[in-house]
Amino acid sequence: MTDQTQQTATVTQPRPRTRSSGGILGLTKKDFGLLVLVAILTIFAPVILNPFPAGSAMAQFNAGYPDLMQRFVIFGIFAIGFNILFGLTGYLSFGHAAFLGVGSYAGIWSMKLLTLNVIPAILVSVIVAGLFSLIVGFISLRRSGIYFSILTLAFAMMSYALAYSVLTPITGGETGLQLRASDPRIFGGELMPGMTPRATLFGMQMQDSTDLRFGAWTFTLNTGYYIAGIVLLVAFYLSIRIFRSPFGMMLRAVKSNQNRLNYTGLSPKPYTLAAFVISGMYAGLAGGLLVAMDTQVGAERMFWTASGEVVLMTILGGAGTLIGPILGAGFIKYFENIVSTINKSTLESWFAFMPDGLQDAFVAVIYPFVGKGWHLTLGLLFMLVVIFLPGGLVQGGSKLATVFRRDRKGGGVEDDAAAQRQAREE
Amino acid sequence: MGILEVRDVGKRFGGLQALSDVNLSIAENSVHAIIGPNGAGKSTLLNCLVGKLIPDTGSVSFEGQSVLGRKPHEINQMGISRVFQTPEIFGDLTVMENMMIPCLARRDGSFSLHGYRSLMADREIVDRAEHMLEDMNMSNKREMHAASMSRGDKRRLEIGMCLAQEPRLLLLDEPTAGMARADTNNTIDLLKEIKAKRNITIAIIEHDMHVVFSLAERITVLAQGKPLVEDTPENIKGHPKVREAYLGESSGH
Repeated sequence: MTDQTQQTATVTQPRPRTRSSGGILGLTKKDFGLLVLVAILTIFAPVILNPFPAGSAMAQFNAGYPDLMQRFVIFGIFAIGFNILFGLTGYLSFGHAAFLGVGSYAGIWSMKLLTLNVIPAILVSVIVAGLFSLIVGFISLRRSGIYFSILTLAFAMMSYALAYSVLTPITGGETGLQLRASDPRIFGGELMPGMTPRATLFGMQMQDSTDLRFGAWTFTLNTGYYIAGIVLLVAFYLSIRIFRSPFGMMLRAVKSNQNRLNYTGLSPKPYTLAAFVISGMYAGLAGGLLVAMDTQVGAERMFWTASGEVVLMTILGGAGTLIGPILGAGFIKYFENIVSTINKSTLESWFAFMPDGLQDAFVAVIYPFVGKGWHLTLGLLFMLVVIFLPGGLVQGGSKLATVFRRDRKGGGVEDDAAAQRQAREE
Repeated sequence: MGILEVRDVGKRFGGLQALSDVNLSIAENSVHAIIGPNGAGKSTLLNCLVGKLIPDTGSVSFEGQSVLGRKPHEINQMGISRVFQTPEIFGDLTVMENMMIPCLARRDGSFSLHGYRSLMADREIVDRAEHMLEDMNMSNKREMHAASMSRGDKRRLEIGMCLAQEPRLLLLDEPTAGMARADTNNTIDLLKEIKAKRNITIAIIEHDMHVVFSLAERITVLAQGKPLVEDTPENIKGHPKVREAYLGESSGH
């Protein structure tokens, strides 16, 4: 017995290097790099998304206009939050749009009753959505797997139905809610009758824009977009912190093996509930930002397709990765807004150089996939990604990266999660 | 008084009386084996000890405190750790991450909302997990995905994870089931080493008599839901009742 003990004592290997920690902002170098990447993309999005000169044939692929860029950012936040629940714990909620909707309603009421300033509106959105998700989560998390998904779906559809009919005095029913000059705002300042109330941040109006012109190119810098962008960066930073924290580790443990977790003295329920509420608050934040940008809400924001959309965004980008949900959100919103605007005459003008018969054939083949048929293209792409890249676009990116840089050892920041996901699928 | 006292425990599943009047006392710092033929109620008994099942009658107390009605994670926090028949580890996580989780559970309790601090910057947890891996001779596998290891290594990791919590009672449910001979012997050596180095009580449920007789100091034989005999390994070996229960020479039913 004694010599065994000695053996183990002498055999101990030299301690392997520990990962660098406590770097800038409490992030590792790689994570900080990711944050900087997202910051650069956010700051230069008006330029990056407008690569084609205005008025050129390709200009309709430009996505750098404020309304769409705001959507990229806001749905990015929505997906980041959803990923904290789905990516880490594996609990697939099919009702997250309800929290986005509740956040939106709460936000617009704040702007109707309190002030047009967006900060209270966003705070109220987050708090109300958080409380609502606490109730929904507490009940839904009694079950797991498909039953959990169905419960959340049922809650979301109930919320939608209530908002659409019974709760009309609060939600405006079919017409939804808009800001009016006649709203009884406590800190409203004076609004002349007939003046349109606009969301502000200490005097800055959300829809104020500055146009930069460089030759044929026009880049629109929008106040609301940059405010949403700052919120995105904060939301993304917090999600990195959660991913790298003991709490994040427990959420991954929940996904991996709940049995072992229980017999390690840890109770999965409060962890999943906390993750559910956090992701509900992210959804509320996104909902609050939506009303801060366009000052209106409708019940369709809570419809089940909206809940499904955030699932698609997260999986398409890469569930369980940090940056994936943002990419997925951008990808889907781009399709929704750009590919859907391509109509028959646009197609005809593209293929105008071809002989008549050939032009008609090309147009006939491509037409079902664009315009109103954009869902078809999205569906096909989604299938391709799920089949060939179960780790999502992030996995695709890291595969491309390894083609260019031969040594595998470096390993991208996000490879881990993406590779893990693939390993599980196989 | 033993560290674990089981008094008159009975458990019925529909028409099957899985356990009846089970009395068992596990002495502190001993290695106690519970053996018995298939269907004797070994696993049911174990599940009653860890809170997975609640017995219909009787009481189970650990260090003088009743465990009945407590949830598995609460019983674990009292100081009972369990090793499963098929290793239950966090397959998606690395070996190091696997080891950090029980370290966190030991320090922070069954729930803590540390969502902002960095896990890798938490020296206390990192050091402790690394120390446990060294103890288990697994430092060289720290970045491996736990699911990709061999059965024997998974078992070693699982036992290490249980020990990281410093339990006072370690329950092992057929720890060598489905293992090759070499892995079985490694596991026996590992358990012997643990016993020699730590202040711990071990209870083993086992089929493999080689394992039982290499480790156990006391043996309880269970048959048809009742304890048949309890004695030292030497006396159990030749006991007529045990031969009867195992070989079914003249089963009374």
